[in-house]
Amino acid sequence: MTQPQVTVDSVSHAETTPDEPQPYRELGLKDDEYARIRDILGRRPTDAELAMYSVMWSEHCSYKSSKVHLRYFGETTTDEMKQAMLAGIGENAGVVSIGDGWAVTFKVESHNHPSYVEPYQGAATGVGGIVRDIMAMGARPIAVGDPLRFGPADADDTARVLPGVVAGVGGYGNCLGLPNVAGEVVFDPSYAGNPLVNALCVGALKSEDLHLAFASGTGNKIILFGATTGLDGIGGVSVLASETFDEAAGGSGRKKLPSVQVGDPFTEKVLIECCLELFAAGLVVGIQDLGGAGLSCATSELASAGDGGMQVDLDQVPLRATGMTAAEILSSESQERMCAVVKPEDVEAFLEVCRKWDVLASVIGEVTEGERLVITSGGETVVDVPPRTVAHEGPVYQRPVARDDVRQDALTADGPERLPRPETPSELRTEVLRMAAAPNLASRSWVTSQYDRYVRGNTVAAHGADAGVVRVDEETDRGIAVATDCNARFVALDPYTGAQLALAEAYRNVATSGAVPLAVTDCLNFGSPEDPHVMWQFQEAVRGLADGCAVLGTPVTGGNVSFYNQTGTTAILPTPVVGVLGVIDDVTTAVPSGFAGADGDAVILLGTTAAEFGGSEWAHEVHAHLGGRPPAVDLEHERRLAGLLAAAGADRTLTGSHDLSDGGLAQGLVESALAAGHGARIELSGVHDDAFTALFAESAGRVLVTVAAGDADAFLARAGEAGVPAARIGETGGAVLHLGDGVGELALDELRTAWEGTLPARFGPVSV
Amino acid sequence: MSSAAPRVGVITFPGTLDDVDAARAVRRAGAEAVPLWHGDHDLRGVDAVVVPGGFSYGDYLRAGAIASLAPIMREVVDGAGRGLPVLGICNGFQILCEAHLLPGALIANAGMHFLCRDVVLGVENARTAWTRDYTAGDELLVPLKSQEGRYVADAATLDELEGEGRVVFRYRDGAPNGSSRDIAGITNAAGNVVGLMPHPEHATSGLTGPSSDGLGLFTSLAAQVAA
Repeated sequence: MTQPQVTVDSVSHAETTPDEPQPYRELGLKDDEYARIRDILGRRPTDAELAMYSVMWSEHCSYKSSKVHLRYFGETTTDEMKQAMLAGIGENAGVVSIGDGWAVTFKVESHNHPSYVEPYQGAATGVGGIVRDIMAMGARPIAVGDPLRFGPADADDTARVLPGVVAGVGGYGNCLGLPNVAGEVVFDPSYAGNPLVNALCVGALKSEDLHLAFASGTGNKIILFGATTGLDGIGGVSVLASETFDEAAGGSGRKKLPSVQVGDPFTEKVLIECCLELFAAGLVVGIQDLGGAGLSCATSELASAGDGGMQVDLDQVPLRATGMTAAEILSSESQERMCAVVKPEDVEAFLEVCRKWDVLASVIGEVTEGERLVITSGGETVVDVPPRTVAHEGPVYQRPVARDDVRQDALTADGPERLPRPETPSELRTEVLRMAAAPNLASRSWVTSQYDRYVRGNTVAAHGADAGVVRVDEETDRGIAVATDCNARFVALDPYTGAQLALAEAYRNVATSGAVPLAVTDCLNFGSPEDPHVMWQFQEAVRGLADGCAVLGTPVTGGNVSFYNQTGTTAILPTPVVGVLGVIDDVTTAVPSGFAGADGDAVILLGTTAAEFGGSEWAHEVHAHLGGRPPAVDLEHERRLAGLLAAAGADRTLTGSHDLSDGGLAQGLVESALAAGHGARIELSGVHDDAFTALFAESAGRVLVTVAAGDADAFLARAGEAGVPAARIGETGGAVLHLGDGVGELALDELRTAWEGTLPARFGPVSV
Repeated sequence: MSSAAPRVGVITFPGTLDDVDAARAVRRAGAEAVPLWHGDHDLRGVDAVVVPGGFSYGDYLRAGAIASLAPIMREVVDGAGRGLPVLGICNGFQILCEAHLLPGALIANAGMHFLCRDVVLGVENARTAWTRDYTAGDELLVPLKSQEGRYVADAATLDELEGEGRVVFRYRDGAPNGSSRDIAGITNAAGNVVGLMPHPEHATSGLTGPSSDGLGLFTSLAAQVAA
């Protein structure tokens, strides 16, 4: 087979052909952006440069629409919040100190669009990408989690997308040997043509081992290691390929590959172990993972963050396809690759470690004097740019921001008060069962039983619990807790309050497990930034989140923005997924979820219940209704509540706990009872005068706890001292959930059948 | 025998995942865990070997197929022939079958999904090198987590295994992966080689597992070597 002839568009060629038309619009660049590139370079860009700028200046890489709003996070971070932070926004992932010399790094990212096109690979490579981000901080990845959102559970396309996404998350994470300990599965019609596949990873390291992405020290070598570089995930840059190849280009020598990348978790697992050995041996000056924008991103970001220039020779990059152009090599998103900066005297030792792990490694360039990133291919210079203009000085947009008053006011005016409610004991009892079986509330076991939660032997709590709890240090039992949450309906009703409710819920979930909340990551999934109403939602959500973090004292250490989540012109519900990470000094004191103690324990409700149904699961499930106001949020109360929970968890007063959120107290009781098979006798009058409100209201700031009967009075007094409203509403025991004469009782068997049956009925049995 | 703690080798192949857990279980049983590397022809003088779970060599070709030909496995096969106690867990069980130390094969779960679930195992043979601390009829609550965990063999082999009492563990509430005759673990004729699909090394502490029921495999071995 003859190799196709490649015409190299070198810098010198570009200088002599200033008027050659370039497909910049097809690559997503606007006229003024292209003009700015020409201005920066003083000539037209080469194809390779155009590929780099177009991908690095894309919304995904440059945050050009969100940057002006994200600055607010920095402006609202207080000195107190900065204390525990070792690295923050702008690094591959934020890093916080958890004591005893340990640090953890965590981040959540989106892989929404690829997962709609190709559910398995999209989700799998989402896991792979976030894990490499964590590795790039010098940490060992210790856990993953996956907040997922799909169209209606009974929609045909959900039956295509959900099983593929779940298999992809499991297929990649299981093979990497990372326990999956947290996440969500939410169904809503707004995600029907645009599922949300967010991926979370947590890593642990000793504080002194922190690695940052920068290329420093003239003469230091740039080593690309991991998988070979191929034509997968090239996406839009293929328009350049068709222009630079001669007639034979479309022929037998090349084949079109899908724009969604294909993952190989085995290669990534070996890469993890190889990286950790390299870190431990002190062979790495700087490191960067190759994710979106591939080598374009890694080389420009490393060079931009360093103190010199960089020279790279693409001929040294191991390829898995023949005849790749410089633009394709720079844009390829082939997975499982990392880029390291290594001192010349350490190169041989570095390569030796890679050989031990059978990891391919190649010196592709070096740090140079000056401030240029120079890339050669076939002996010709194809890129010669100031790296900051590629990586950090992309366009910044002040997109129009405008609340659509007609739409938003109508939404607010359409409150849930008009919705018919169950009244008789029989109707209320039936409603509890119906809600337990609702797709958004039913058991997630169909999904989570496809994820390994045990591997590495440090998982103290995983799915089904309020937060995933993972031991970090086997000697001291120090560990972390992590939870992600977002009720996007609340955000739609009021983006500022809704984002704070998401924060409050994740924060409360971490506290409910017995941990002290420490830091925040977010994945801001929104519609098109070109829609002023979407930008209003975004701006409000960012401000709500940042202001909320300031009250709680938990900094946002990093995250991700995903725009253009919409079908046609209809945007998804604004979905700022919030992840909160907490520290627990002794994981043996982690509070189990639900009624985990002895029969006869006192059941105590912390927080107050009001008739708040706007955006509730009840309104959504029973009436397909979204309108009114979201529940009120009181972050000072959340902070007091978290303090009480952490203290009563640490001294082992609490025998069990469970946060109340979607579905209200009814769902909280059902899940608590089914967790360990302990029923309870509950007096709803202790919650609210109206039984319906007591059961289904979604007031924030509430947690169900159990304590030994003999500890109940003391605990109630302690709650009073802490300023947390508390009411003893019943006791555990038996095989039924008894909700008083106004409702009646439900056998646990009946509840279990309802709660566990929904997802298998929709998606088929998981096992025989 | 010496009074020093028994030395139990734990093999790491590229793609092995549960080696840290196997080593931890070995230590909890009072033995010393000795790391063994797939590319070495050296058992480092260990008293027993654990072939842990994971996706060795990415499960390429067939789960366990490539690992069964690794240099270290040549040594394990030779050792097993001399009576060296060998335990294969999950991918390790697949590797021991591929290496013909145990009969039968593991194929894709009947439900065609990866399955992570706690299962109850009944102990049927408490005479192997790895089960002497149990009594036949004991029930163990341990995690099962695998994609290709369905044990199959021809009827004659299954009859032979059952006839000779070589079924070591059986799923008590039916095999969720469709394994033949609910078989979860088996042994060779000599009783020194045991393979099972569920993960006893993940059931050595109630803090991080569903129970500590799995520790008995490791204490059985440690006690026997020390005796």
